[in-house]
Amino acid sequence: MYDWPILSVVTFLPLVGALLIVLMIRGDDEVAKRNARWVALWATLVTFVISLLLLLGFDPSATEFQFVETRSWIGDIAAYRMGVDGISLPFVLLTTLLMPMCILASWESIQLRVKEYMICFLVLETLMIGTFSSLDLLQFYIFFEGGLIPMFIIIGIWGGKRRIYATFKFFLYTLAGSVLMMLAIMAMYWQSGTTDIVSLLHFNFPSGMQKWLWLAFFASFAVKMPMWPVHTWLPDAHVEAPTAGSVILAGILLKMGGYGFLRFSLPMFPEASAYFAPFVFTLSVIAIVYTSLVALMQEDIKKLIAYSSVAHMGYVTMGIFTLTQAGIQGAVFQMVSHGFVSGALFLCVGVVYDRMHTREIAAYGGLVHRMPIYATVFMVFTMANVGLPGTSGFIGEFLTLIATFGRNSWVAFFATSGVILSACYALWLYRRVIFGPLEKESLKSILDLNHREMLSLIPLLFFTILFGIWPQPILDACNVAVNAIMARADMASGAVKAASLMLP
Amino acid sequence: MIFTLSALGPALPELLLAVSAVILILFGAIAGPKSTDTVNGLALAAIFAALVLVILGPSEATLFNGSFQLDAYARFLKVLALLAAGSTLAMSVDWLKVEKQARFEFAILVILSTLGMMMLISAGDLIALYMGLELMSLALYVVAANNRDSVRSTEAGLKYFVLGALSSGMLLYGASLIYGFTGSVNFLHIAAAAQEPTLGLIFGIVFIFAGLCFKVSAVPFHMWTPDVYEGAPTPVTTFFAGAPKVAAMAVFVRVAIEALPHVVHQWQQIVVFVSIASMLLGSFAAIGQRNIKRLMAYSSIGHMGYALVGLAAGTEQGVRGVLVYMTIYVAMTLGTFACILSMRRKEGMVENYDDLAGLARTSPVKAFLLAALMFSLAGIPPLAGFLAKYYVFLAAIQAGLYTLAVIGVLSSVVGAFYYLRIVKVMYFDEPAEAFEPMPTELRAVLGIAGLFTLLFFVYPAPLLAAAGAAARALF
Repeated sequence: MYDWPILSVVTFLPLVGALLIVLMIRGDDEVAKRNARWVALWATLVTFVISLLLLLGFDPSATEFQFVETRSWIGDIAAYRMGVDGISLPFVLLTTLLMPMCILASWESIQLRVKEYMICFLVLETLMIGTFSSLDLLQFYIFFEGGLIPMFIIIGIWGGKRRIYATFKFFLYTLAGSVLMMLAIMAMYWQSGTTDIVSLLHFNFPSGMQKWLWLAFFASFAVKMPMWPVHTWLPDAHVEAPTAGSVILAGILLKMGGYGFLRFSLPMFPEASAYFAPFVFTLSVIAIVYTSLVALMQEDIKKLIAYSSVAHMGYVTMGIFTLTQAGIQGAVFQMVSHGFVSGALFLCVGVVYDRMHTREIAAYGGLVHRMPIYATVFMVFTMANVGLPGTSGFIGEFLTLIATFGRNSWVAFFATSGVILSACYALWLYRRVIFGPLEKESLKSILDLNHREMLSLIPLLFFTILFGIWPQPILDACNVAVNAIMARADMASGAVKAASLMLP
Repeated sequence: MIFTLSALGPALPELLLAVSAVILILFGAIAGPKSTDTVNGLALAAIFAALVLVILGPSEATLFNGSFQLDAYARFLKVLALLAAGSTLAMSVDWLKVEKQARFEFAILVILSTLGMMMLISAGDLIALYMGLELMSLALYVVAANNRDSVRSTEAGLKYFVLGALSSGMLLYGASLIYGFTGSVNFLHIAAAAQEPTLGLIFGIVFIFAGLCFKVSAVPFHMWTPDVYEGAPTPVTTFFAGAPKVAAMAVFVRVAIEALPHVVHQWQQIVVFVSIASMLLGSFAAIGQRNIKRLMAYSSIGHMGYALVGLAAGTEQGVRGVLVYMTIYVAMTLGTFACILSMRRKEGMVENYDDLAGLARTSPVKAFLLAALMFSLAGIPPLAGFLAKYYVFLAAIQAGLYTLAVIGVLSSVVGAFYYLRIVKVMYFDEPAEAFEPMPTELRAVLGIAGLFTLLFFVYPAPLLAAAGAAARALF
């Protein structure tokens, strides 16, 4: 497509920005802080613009991976392979889109050790894009796990009161899940002789082995997703992380789990995926209903949104493991949409937190009188979170629920009750924060959104409504890739059926 | 048999070290305590010269009827041991002077111990093995008690000596059993004779492995490690953590692979047990430690467990894993100890990890490199420590040792906790009083080790190729 390695450039450009900050900016005074912010903003913006070229050059009808790059790297056990398809491209673009907003959101709220903060975010961006565009198992693992280091530091330095506890919990939970995946990667290497994802997508693992490999990958992705019952790190990490950290966590890091299911579990272990689908359904339904109920009882705005994220990820896992076209497309859509919506909700919380320095729901009320624009923006995102038709939140939930209904109507029944519950907690939150009389003294002088905050929220608002009305671009982009996954799943179920027919 | 001097060529580095030790001790004895600086400089030069000779020297040779073997495996490990010993010596000079513990004997003992390691790495039979091991250990017992006015240092030396003597006894007993049941002390002859696992042979293997486990400080023969690490002067601890571990691991692998290739399933059980026990103990016991030297002792026990995972596989892939692991381990350990050696305030050395509080703000570069080393020790990608672990576990999976691999990676998660705690202290806590500026040689070692662990993943091919060639020499 292009005669230069565009994916590598998109991936490593933020790292170059980080190096620039390390090398060029000295001291800790106001000038240094300002320079660090601008370098970070420009690095992320340029990355975003270049990533748009990916969109221009992308051919949604091609069945192969695109923008592929290959270089030798660690001798016989791994090579440097990059490439995207219709499933990974939306996530790459989501990452590059959210990053400038995160930098903007931290513009004034971060005053302490700004240089290190920006370096951490830029390194994290490189690792996240690398995760989505890796076509080698070991390389994927390195990007996937490497992201823990900057996130550990972001929560640990710039987080809230219980940040140490939260960041250790986040790190150790995720690491414990992932090391098992590392062993599975090794076993796959010895079985197939390669770590090349493209060839592994067509490799047939023995069915006994598939189950173990599936479980090992599941351990990692379920923690990352996060699925009930290993979700407990998420509320802690979300609450303690700085605003931009929460945006990245909810917007992108959580999507790595879903992406992993789509990239590895389904096409590489199709038999095991079909075998374990009821298990995943159970966990997903519990996640949707239980965490929605828990969200109802929260007194902290961020914690409430964190639990609602777990519930929404439940739709994603449910949709993925329906193993149907609609379900998987719905899951991809739901992930992208949740990236916008939850990211924007955390930005909204950040707006009031920057002014009041509290996230207690009880500390707010009647904001609509002083902050009409904020109230409008927050309402759109709340509605999108509920899944109101016309917003992007609706499409994903609807597609996954339809697909689930075809598989198992009881699962769909309980999952749909989660939609009602999500309306309960989201609208109740909105009422308590925005409506009602403006009684609290401290709120009487609160100011509405400034230009910088609008700049970071309006693009998300635009995309939330755009994709709610016109979902076709995302569905079209991932259509071919989803078809490929379906073909693998069908082949596996065909093989199982053929095997069962052979039996007397 | 006619013996010409030129036939000793392959052993030239060893001869050089032996001769320089003798000359330096005479020089030191005649010139008195004033000569310490000169002796240190010359000792460093001797180690460097030996390193050059190993690199430029012949690549394969056998001397003394097979007692002394030089092959790609030996050369790889000799380079590593000499690098570790040389950098430790360079790091300790300034420290010992400031702490008023400088004695010219220290450098000479380091040379003698290094000579023992070189003999050990090249050992081709059980006699040479024992000689090398004792030469190395006796020098180590003495340097452990280098600070002879300190009770803790002398206690460390004595404890190490008594337990070391016990382990040497076990090793000798095992060697005699193996000799009795196979009729030879030469590794290759033993391999030819030991086709079947007889009871006497297995007894011998158990005792020899017990002795070797003691030297690499693997559980259940690790008891000396925390006390000796804590009690010995810090440069000596640095030395213990690096070169001797390399040499002992080298001979461990050589005995297992070269002398006992037909009874793999017998010794594999021992290594698997020792490895699991070391990894678990290294992870759990370190959590309670506040003294950073003691913490590093438990950390090194754990790391020996990981290295032994590669040996447990018993394959060429596994040996390559051990070699890669030991190289990266040495780099990480030297870098970490360079930081520990520089934990000096006006009132003297401090040794608790709490003293590192807020290092990220008082000296950001040092904190960054130490944090990279800690993440690497924890095995987090993309740092070198991750690839080291990857290689050993890759071999274990290939050999079908799934239980070992699963326990190993899970214990590495537990171990990550205390490495992260050091990062937490440096980055998240409020700064304590700053340390005195770091001497140049410590800066250099920390810089090289830190950058190596940070950037190893970018271009790992040369080390992997060298380790691969070295591992092939044993098969």
